[in-house]
Amino acid sequence: MRAAIAGDQAAYRRLLADIGRSVRAMARSAFSRARVGDADVEDVVQETLLAVHNKRHTWDGGPRVAPWVGAIARHKIIDAMRRRGARRAEPIEDFEAVLAAPEGEDPHAFSDVERLLTKLPERSQDIVRSISMNGQSISDTAKRLVMTEVAVRVALHRALKALGETYRKSIA
Amino acid sequence: MNTDNLIQAIAADAGSPMPSIPKRALAALAVGGLVSLALFLATAGPRADIDEAATSVRFLLKYVDAFALLIPAMVLCWRLARPDAKPGATLAGLAAPLVLLALAVVVEMSLVPSDLWMKKLIGTNLLHCLVFIPLLAMPPLAALIAVLRDGAPANPALSGALAGAAAAGLSAMIYATNCTDDSPLFVASWYPLAWAVVIGIGALAGRRWLVW
Repeated sequence: MRAAIAGDQAAYRRLLADIGRSVRAMARSAFSRARVGDADVEDVVQETLLAVHNKRHTWDGGPRVAPWVGAIARHKIIDAMRRRGARRAEPIEDFEAVLAAPEGEDPHAFSDVERLLTKLPERSQDIVRSISMNGQSISDTAKRLVMTEVAVRVALHRALKALGETYRKSIA
Repeated sequence: MNTDNLIQAIAADAGSPMPSIPKRALAALAVGGLVSLALFLATAGPRADIDEAATSVRFLLKYVDAFALLIPAMVLCWRLARPDAKPGATLAGLAAPLVLLALAVVVEMSLVPSDLWMKKLIGTNLLHCLVFIPLLAMPPLAALIAVLRDGAPANPALSGALAGAAAAGLSAMIYATNCTDDSPLFVASWYPLAWAVVIGIGALAGRRWLVW
């Protein structure tokens, strides 16, 4: 996380992938114990990743990042279960207990993020898509759209923040 | 878009997080407080005998009380902006202004003859106090809530209530300059009531705007 905050994209990618796997395992087991289907496990994973990113300034910079990520994941899982009408009875297992659990993503899962993305301005959608799905770098994207790199960065930053927020609104 | 795609996009936005919540919350409190102070000076203003009052223990105690609310509320408020934070022992600090007031009331009752107690308690500015403290608390409360929206409080209503308590403490310090009722009997009866109004508004604002 420290490397990510310092701007190391590769380290951040690895961290996010690890977090994604752990949250997926946590959500799956929480959903099955609460007997709600696991159709939107992947939404919880994505929502948690966005929250980790958009709220990263609330991490205290201590030696361990797991308790902080765990709190965010629990918050999002409980939220998702409430949405689906589950009574909150089962405790959610500790984030650290499922760290690095080998949980793959369901390739057929339908993603809310995709739907929410369409609510953003077109330019933002284009930027997010080209960096996320087409694997373009920020500088490539900037050249293609005839924008400065800083402008692309700012637009991406805003788009991610907006995605995190529309998640909230879409379920309120 | 699958999760790996999303991770690509997020990772490209690595680096440069926002400044921490405490720093910005302090700035929000300062700016909101200045707005309130300006409002206060434009409407009520300090009482006429302020120079004389400033030497009275009873008058100064009002500031100590309000400050004793402001500090623990502020510290708790920014601590709980983190998702993994526990309130801990600081929560007990919130009792400080009430304990102080209770002690002051005991001392006051031993100094003032009992037939004056009710008169002191009712005072002369009761409604004024109940209206002004909540009103002057709104600018700092609004500024704090705006900053806390970037936080990740585990309990949004609680965080909102704490922001309300901090704003109420600040507002009480500003208003105390005008209020001519200095008896702890008055302060203990009405100031906490005014604070409770602000805390309630803060809790509602938290539930409305601090959910993430």
